[in-house]
Amino acid sequence: MIERLDKYFAAPLRALNLRSARSEVLSANIANADTPHYKARDFDFAKALSGARETGFGMHKTSERHLSGKTASPVVAALQYRVPVQDSIDGNTVETDMELAQFSNNAIGMQADLAFMSAKIRGMFAAIQSS
Amino acid sequence: MSLFNVFSISSTALSAQSQRLNVVASNLANADSAVSSNGKPYRAKQVVFESMPLNSGSSGMGVKVRDVIEDPAAPRLVFNPNHPLADGQGYVTMPNVNVVEEMTNMISASRSYQINVDVMNTAKSMLLKTLALGQ
Repeated sequence: MIERLDKYFAAPLRALNLRSARSEVLSANIANADTPHYKARDFDFAKALSGARETGFGMHKTSERHLSGKTASPVVAALQYRVPVQDSIDGNTVETDMELAQFSNNAIGMQADLAFMSAKIRGMFAAIQSS
Repeated sequence: MSLFNVFSISSTALSAQSQRLNVVASNLANADSAVSSNGKPYRAKQVVFESMPLNSGSSGMGVKVRDVIEDPAAPRLVFNPNHPLADGQGYVTMPNVNVVEEMTNMISASRSYQINVDVMNTAKSMLLKTLALGQ
């Protein structure tokens, strides 16, 4: 039963993990908006989410005797450098307004995920309560 | 938890930007100081930012002030023969502080500071929403 609960919450949990990882990457970009030669980074959320769904945050095993390894982050693998709209003379590729827009977008997405998860939890409560 | 890392990243930016603001204040205050503590005219100071990895577990980069350098620009020469520090031709060597540059530096620093505070506030509300999960 517990395992089923785990599976029930797995999808929004994956999304939440990726959302918080993305907020970290974007906040690092904003923090380094004035650092010379800093290159802004981000990852494709949809791609990372489908990647996380396939690998389940773990390592692929092709043999029973393989070690499972520690959880590999799909974020680090998916990190890419942003192509700036306007280059700056100090080699910095952070565009603060864009990063802030993406950060807010990510925050709203996270709130949506949380609302979704809350609804699932409420659903479970309704199921276990006797009428 | 990555959301807590947002706080550490943004706070490194806050301290770096406030240090930059400190340097701007020092430059503006000493824009007309013909003598500084070493007996020579004051020289404008500039901070050099550098990104630093936060810790091994996270992909985020914080920011720190690597160095405070002295502006290599030539000092300003002002013709004022009555000044006690005037040279043989009547010129006084004044600091190389560019007031316009310092003002834009100040605005840039304060905007960056504000944006990082915004980011922290957003991260805080996200964390609070997460805490309220299932209620």
